[in-house]
Amino acid sequence: MSRARKLLQRGFDRVERGFDLIFGPEWNPLAQLGPLGWLMFWVVAGTGLYLFIFFDTGVHAAYDSVEWLTNDHWFHAGLARSLHRYASDLMVMVMLVHIVREFVNDRYRGKRWFSWLTGVPVLWFVYISGITGYWLVWDRLAQYVALVSTELLDAVPIFAEPIARNFLTPESLSDRFFTLMVFLHIAIPLMLLLMMWIHIQRINEARTRPPRGLTLMTLGALVVVSFLLPAVSQGPADLATVPQTIGIDWFFLSLYPVIEMVPPGVIWTGVLLFSVLLAGLPWMPPRREADAAQVFLDHCNGCNRCVVDCPYSAITLVPRSDDLPFSHEAKVNPDRCVACGICMGACPSSTPFRRGAELVTGIDLPGRPLAELREEVIAAAAELTGPGRVLTLSCEHGAGVDAEPGRVVLPCVAMAPPSMVDFILSRDLADGVCVAGCAERECYHRYGRDWTEKRFARERDPYLRERVPRERVLTVWEGQTESGKLKAEVQSFSERLAAMPAYERARPLRPEDHGAPPADTTKADTTKADTTEAGKTGDAT
Amino acid sequence: MNRDMIVHAVAGGAVTLAVTFAAAWLSASPDWESLGPDQALVRISFTHGGDRSASCRDRTEEELAALPKNMRRKQICDRSRPSVYVELDMDGETVLIRDLPPSGLSGTGTSRIYQRIEVPAGEHDFVARLRDNPATEGFDYTAEDSVNLRPGQSYVIEFDVEKGGFQFK
Repeated sequence: MSRARKLLQRGFDRVERGFDLIFGPEWNPLAQLGPLGWLMFWVVAGTGLYLFIFFDTGVHAAYDSVEWLTNDHWFHAGLARSLHRYASDLMVMVMLVHIVREFVNDRYRGKRWFSWLTGVPVLWFVYISGITGYWLVWDRLAQYVALVSTELLDAVPIFAEPIARNFLTPESLSDRFFTLMVFLHIAIPLMLLLMMWIHIQRINEARTRPPRGLTLMTLGALVVVSFLLPAVSQGPADLATVPQTIGIDWFFLSLYPVIEMVPPGVIWTGVLLFSVLLAGLPWMPPRREADAAQVFLDHCNGCNRCVVDCPYSAITLVPRSDDLPFSHEAKVNPDRCVACGICMGACPSSTPFRRGAELVTGIDLPGRPLAELREEVIAAAAELTGPGRVLTLSCEHGAGVDAEPGRVVLPCVAMAPPSMVDFILSRDLADGVCVAGCAERECYHRYGRDWTEKRFARERDPYLRERVPRERVLTVWEGQTESGKLKAEVQSFSERLAAMPAYERARPLRPEDHGAPPADTTKADTTKADTTEAGKTGDAT
Repeated sequence: MNRDMIVHAVAGGAVTLAVTFAAAWLSASPDWESLGPDQALVRISFTHGGDRSASCRDRTEEELAALPKNMRRKQICDRSRPSVYVELDMDGETVLIRDLPPSGLSGTGTSRIYQRIEVPAGEHDFVARLRDNPATEGFDYTAEDSVNLRPGQSYVIEFDVEKGGFQFK
């Protein structure tokens, strides 16, 4: 399974790289599927409200009013109708790709089960909203949809009499039926909106708006297509006949031909099994995740940085529970924490410069504490040789996923506090630091790239200290299939570093710099000498 | 707006337009043939409660005496309804035989049917028969109709006791 998933992930990455070239990483629609879904919803809702002004409920009035707005008022109401339909179709499209993409990228299991599970009803509400909308037009397609839908519903023996009997003859259908359908077509999308809102509840700063450029592109394309290929009706419904050949909306109604060919019991069983399977995917099998972040109150002053940086709303501020003179403290909800470590990188106490016997920070990952990270960095630095030594802090979801000498792979690059970069350079562990995260278009942990960039640009706490020479820090945002590109960028960076004079603030690492007890002078000198010797050896190489 | 953004706006806009065109086309094409060009649709549908009279009997004198005076109804019938039996012949061949059980948890509701039969367009003779009383030998209702069905025509056979039994529409 994981092998197949890996292949699919790489496939997606390659396709997305192509979209990067066309749209640019910021506007890449494959990285904006959720926000695009929201945009489409609002387009559908807005145009739906507008269409409601002109729509008449009634067996004949419904079709006539839709024809009137389509033909006589094509430039506004007809446009709204086309936008209403095509935005709905695009919503289905982005929703389906969104589901597959989240599955492939393994972002549906473990602590992310909630978003996945609440997405399942969203899927069905979108379909039901669209299907009820098609009834309202009351053309031949609507008649077909009504017949097939009611015949399917009648297979569930819960109605007093078959609903399909409403569509037996022209006399059997009443105007009131359309009032009911209008009610359903408003009520169901409202429930859909509620489900969409619930769907994003466990996500901090959920993106519900695509970037402006992509928004304008999408809306522009919708308007152009609506004028050039307007949505039209397929002739008035006539219950004295049955639709033989119809143009169906394959986004919403692709199951309808199947419903016609397969017994209803099979369809219902299939839908039920599919829903259960889809809803149960996060537990088939569940993901074993690292232990949730842990707060160390002695080092937490309730500054709120981890709270605002956590992409999963897993941290909250609560009143202080100890005697320290602060009003609040951070509290981690283990059910939501995915152990990405971004909170650790946000904590002002997370500084590898601390010399205490034990390096403890305000919020730490039990499975990968800051102290261990510092040791990993020191060990990785020891593997570096030659001029222009580059130590890479890479993301396990990006181009630097594979372990290599001089590379420390992290759940997210934002896990490393900016002071770690300062530590690496000022303790002469490397001549430069490469921070290699996920592809620029989208961070696996949502905000790892943004926070890192902003911390380094000194726009977001904790800042990268001003004394850190920016030319010795390289940030690379590449996807899984771009390891060669990463290698080339690191190589080029290394060459640039080699041409630079030595970093004047760098001094060799001493044992007490990373928690070892202060050594006596002789030993300290030896260590210093060893480190320097290593550097010299590297230079010689 | 820098040069890259303009390139992305143009290239991305073109792709978005193409995708939206494709979506718009797929929203009404390709056609689906729900019913063949030479086919018509026959639907037989009704709701009708089976006649419970066959299950009725008179109470004995002892039974009546055991009841309070205000409840001494002479006849007693089963609460549940019998099933309704229906047959449909087309051109001398039986195309539908159904024994329709009463609806409801206690079998007290009406029997229901909604059955669609796709038939070739053209001249057809239909004979519908229904038995709603188990005591009846043969059928309680029988009706026939000849019709020339056009392609795509919807031909409906309903049943309503108040309207005299089977209705062909």
